[in-house]
Amino acid sequence: MAISERVFGSFRRKPKEPRGRLTNLERHETRWGLLFLSPWIIGFLVFILLPTLATLVFSFTDFNILHVEDTRFIWFDNYTRMLNDPIVTQSLVRTLKFFVMAFPLAIIIPIAISALLNSENLRFRRLFATLFYMPYMVPLVSAVLIWGGFLNPATGWMNKFLGSIGIQGPDWLQSTTWVYWALLIVGLWSNGNAIITTLAGMESVPRELFEAAKIEGAGAIATFMNVTLPMVSPIIFYNLTLASIGLFQYFLEPYVLFAQAGDPGGSTLFYPMYLFQNFFQFQEMAYGASLAWVLFLIILAFTAVWFGLRRFWVYEAERE
Amino acid sequence: MAKAQSMPNRDYNASVLNKRMRGWVLAGSVTLFAIVLLVLWLAPFAYMVSTSLKTQQQISDPTSPLWPSAADQFEYEGQSLDILVVPVNSENPAWHDVNGDEFQDAGEASVEPGVYTLALVTPGREDGVFVNPADPEAGAIHWIGRWRALEADWQFAPQWANYAEAWELPSRPFTFATLLLNTFAIAFFGIIGTIISCTLVAYGFSRFRIPGKGFLFLLLVSTIFLPRIVVTVPTYALFVRFGWVGTWLPLILPHFFANAYNVFWLRQYLMTIPREMDEAAMIDGAGPLQILWYVIVPQLMPAIITVALFHMVFAFRDYFEPLIYLSTRPELQPISVGIQQFNAIFGQRPALIQTVALMGLVLPVLIFFLAQRAFTRGIVFTGVEK
Repeated sequence: MAISERVFGSFRRKPKEPRGRLTNLERHETRWGLLFLSPWIIGFLVFILLPTLATLVFSFTDFNILHVEDTRFIWFDNYTRMLNDPIVTQSLVRTLKFFVMAFPLAIIIPIAISALLNSENLRFRRLFATLFYMPYMVPLVSAVLIWGGFLNPATGWMNKFLGSIGIQGPDWLQSTTWVYWALLIVGLWSNGNAIITTLAGMESVPRELFEAAKIEGAGAIATFMNVTLPMVSPIIFYNLTLASIGLFQYFLEPYVLFAQAGDPGGSTLFYPMYLFQNFFQFQEMAYGASLAWVLFLIILAFTAVWFGLRRFWVYEAERE
Repeated sequence: MAKAQSMPNRDYNASVLNKRMRGWVLAGSVTLFAIVLLVLWLAPFAYMVSTSLKTQQQISDPTSPLWPSAADQFEYEGQSLDILVVPVNSENPAWHDVNGDEFQDAGEASVEPGVYTLALVTPGREDGVFVNPADPEAGAIHWIGRWRALEADWQFAPQWANYAEAWELPSRPFTFATLLLNTFAIAFFGIIGTIISCTLVAYGFSRFRIPGKGFLFLLLVSTIFLPRIVVTVPTYALFVRFGWVGTWLPLILPHFFANAYNVFWLRQYLMTIPREMDEAAMIDGAGPLQILWYVIVPQLMPAIITVALFHMVFAFRDYFEPLIYLSTRPELQPISVGIQQFNAIFGQRPALIQTVALMGLVLPVLIFFLAQRAFTRGIVFTGVEK
């Protein structure tokens, strides 16, 4: 069973086993089992559950890493401060704007590329799949350094290529509108994981379904829409949810590219970047915690919406 | 064809042939489209490799070719002359200097129309005196035209010295070797931690009856969807408290507590290992730890290797955590953070930026190509039902 299915499949309760006293042997087994799970259980408590709750608690205090002893509760002061902080609204709008631009493409482009890679008419399919996946192996900093040069209007190749087909390329990284498209291109390029999981899903669709569709007289497009897409919808859903979570936390690429100033003209000062600045530059940890908690709730809300909409379009195989 | 020939019906023959032709055309056009797309997809790599081998002079010359090259020079009478690509035609005629008469009329000594690579001796305003590097004895050649509009004769000339320069990390008291060693060390301890912890946890999830196991597993998998941002602040505060900021511990220790992806993948693999061998060992009196070590681990090896490879690549990718925990200790940083400020420092030296970019990605990409099967197996197994 796949991760996507594990998470998105209905979590059905198994019929309860008849309650009775555990035998010695069973108790022995449980004890050993819990012992083996303990690294994860401890890790979950220490590195996930407690920090998540601690972030909430911090957000109600004036915690500062330099004066931990003086910490006191100021309750909602951090949150009221957020409401009066114009940068919070601006950066949140920026993040949402980028989300609206990037999200549909982050879903559609990997599907389109994997559909091409899954085409029966394509020769050397393995080789193509490997090479389309390869940029995913490129570390973020290298990817940003490469694209920073590639998109340079004077010395890069992008505008050279565009020029050769008669298009005057923009100044990608210095224009407050084009910079979003530049970041989007970099993001899509590095998104090989979505391509390769979708492709693997398409390859595992049972052949009989295609044969049945052929007998029904369905054309290539109808088959793709009615057979392939529904069958890979759990994987699309998995990638979609991760893309949504990732886009709300997006800031590292512009951070590396522009050395955190939010260049050009503040257009890449995304909400998580402001959070990061508060946390590490301004030493405003408590305020950073409240920013983080608000972002967490936004992401959770979006994730809940995706999960809620799932039953309308995500195919679920019958489970035993 | 053999099949078609055995068929007596001509129309049928034609339709089979037609169908086959259509198949070829379709395969050809789809493959061609994919090739075009792939060329665009990989162009940034080509840009990186090429630029990393260029001279600064070539980068600032917009007429220079895409591949690393240098304008060819010709040593002539103690001078280093630029070699230019000179077209000779009716608008731009040229003469050999036969009688010392610079501008004699076209005659036997005029140069045949064509394109020549000539070294510029004396530039004029609307003309120039050249010499042919292939045949300098032939003497001066007078050419009419604007020599400034001529292109240099670019010859393939990779600048390997860029790599030597970048390796020295000009802004740092240590070399790239330090960053490389740091990355390997962090990756190595992380791999140890993740292999031990994830194998134990996967073993627990797949072989033991534990009350609430289904819920615990769901909890484990759902941590994939946890936004990291919400745990960053307190985790950082915790490590500050321990005095571990500025050490590798925050980058290594958490990997000793298992993670969802690797546990999931190891558990999937474990479930395919038949229980009969565990049971036989159990009857022989082996305890759970002995079964794990002598029965499970040897069979789990391919999956463990995949986990190790993925973690290796992760260690090269990971940027945010080394950034926040090692910002004050440049000599401990891994490659990802160590090369980050190159963009700012070498804004005027694109060749060096691309050189470090390549040095940062070459190992993970190489590991990926060498161990492709292990990678695809991991992705397919984790992402998709098989």
